[in-house]
Amino acid sequence: MGNLLHCQDIVLGWEGSAVVSGLNFDITEGDYLCILGENGSGKSTLIKALLGLNKPMSGIMERPADMKAGDIGYLPQQNAIQRDFPASVQEIVLSGCLPKCGLRPFYKKEEKEMVRSTMERLGITDLAKRCYRELSGGQQQRVLIARALCAAQKVLLLDEPVTGLDPKAQLDLYDLIAELNRNGVTIIMVSHDFGAAIRYASHILHIGAHHQLFFGRTADYLKSETGRIFSESAHIQEESVERTENGID
Amino acid sequence: MRTYRKNPWKGRKTGLTNEFMAKLQLYFSYPFVWYALIVGLLIALCSSLLGVTLVLKRFSYIGDGLSHVAFGAMAIAGVLGLTNNMYVVLPITVISAVLLLRTGQNAKINGDAAIAMISVGALAVGYMLMNLFPSSANISGDVCTTLFGSTSILTLKPEDVILCIIMSVIVIAVFLLFYHKIFAVTFDENFIKAAGVKAEGYNLLIAIITALIIVLAMNLVGSLLISALIIFPALSAMRVFRSFRSVIICSAVISVICAGVGIFTSIMAGTPVGSTIVVTDIAVFFIFCIVSLFTRRKA
Repeated sequence: MGNLLHCQDIVLGWEGSAVVSGLNFDITEGDYLCILGENGSGKSTLIKALLGLNKPMSGIMERPADMKAGDIGYLPQQNAIQRDFPASVQEIVLSGCLPKCGLRPFYKKEEKEMVRSTMERLGITDLAKRCYRELSGGQQQRVLIARALCAAQKVLLLDEPVTGLDPKAQLDLYDLIAELNRNGVTIIMVSHDFGAAIRYASHILHIGAHHQLFFGRTADYLKSETGRIFSESAHIQEESVERTENGID
Repeated sequence: MRTYRKNPWKGRKTGLTNEFMAKLQLYFSYPFVWYALIVGLLIALCSSLLGVTLVLKRFSYIGDGLSHVAFGAMAIAGVLGLTNNMYVVLPITVISAVLLLRTGQNAKINGDAAIAMISVGALAVGYMLMNLFPSSANISGDVCTTLFGSTSILTLKPEDVILCIIMSVIVIAVFLLFYHKIFAVTFDENFIKAAGVKAEGYNLLIAIITALIIVLAMNLVGSLLISALIIFPALSAMRVFRSFRSVIICSAVISVICAGVGIFTSIMAGTPVGSTIVVTDIAVFFIFCIVSLFTRRKA
């Protein structure tokens, strides 16, 4: 199992001012890393840095020599444009092969074949001709994961993938991601969802206000002080949700 | 004895059709009618191809903004006394297009505010210059022609037609060669950037060919109505079709047909060319809206 990323004491910033500092973590092939953090804690800056779109202001960030920009498949958060975009599922998944094209104007047979097998793997073959904007939220995320897998087979970076999905679809998506991880895809997931993080992830990176609170195995996280505080607060939240649902409050 | 005519209406009808055909034949013996038709159809095709991308990228109004810039640039060219104003109009419009599409990402001035600012500003400066340095006695006539392109399409010279053909071929070739890239950049810029593709380069390309099309289209419909040529076919196609490719093809077909019908009608009925084409586009848009009501229910 090779090391994919080694970060030592990195400081990330935007337009010259530091957003988050003191990040120390490693990503190894086959990991399921969940990055937890509040809004504004620098998660999106970290995503840019992981994708290689943004250089750290200081510190060491090492990747294997044979890894280049675009070797991480990215599942961005959905934007307003996509909600009324007329595009078939096939067209969208195929656009994941675009980086392989370079300046070549058309897709090759192998790329179309890859699209077909990836869609089969994610169980969306029957949606190929459907219009993206008419799919359910869970189906749309599957389409975008298929596109990301066409761009990069080894590593996926998911930015809050379950946002806006109903509970059943959330569960299905988490199962799908876990399944991909079992088959050797390294997963990096940015999330608010504390419960899912400790259930599925092998490693957790928790960022507080502008600095790192924890990095390590999920089991160790639960024993750490940060993990205990958050598991308690998450527990209280879940209880209060249950109570609201039962009409107690 | 004269032969008895059974149906008195028959002769009259063929008479009318003959008259119509004769009129048509007469018009098509003039080269300027052919020029107008060629230029009109090519511009309609080009603008509809790019229209889908611009509408989806929330840049519907960029056509309007840029055409006002081109209007201002034309006024400057008039003041400088240039015989071929393309040398001034084209660079200024391309630069404005690049700046406008860039501000979309940069949040200091919002995209729509930037477009409004540049378009109104250029309109004011252009009109001011035309008044201060009048090139002909009939200023309001000049302004009206530039804004609504009322007659200029019927006064095209062969060189204009050749220039238009060359530019259209460039636009169409670029669009076909970069079709998949344009789709990907329009659908999801963040993903494409993360995958290591230089999305800025393709945005720049879209900006430049948008500017090219607008400068071309000013001759046809004038600077006020260019937006219509860009957005209506795209919006009509998006009502009914559900994949990017079918929307592009449909929008191109609608646009070319509407331009053809519009030009014929304007020649036969003597209406202004630009607004006739746009009215045809609007009519098709409503037809597609109604069609979409039925297809949606089925799906």
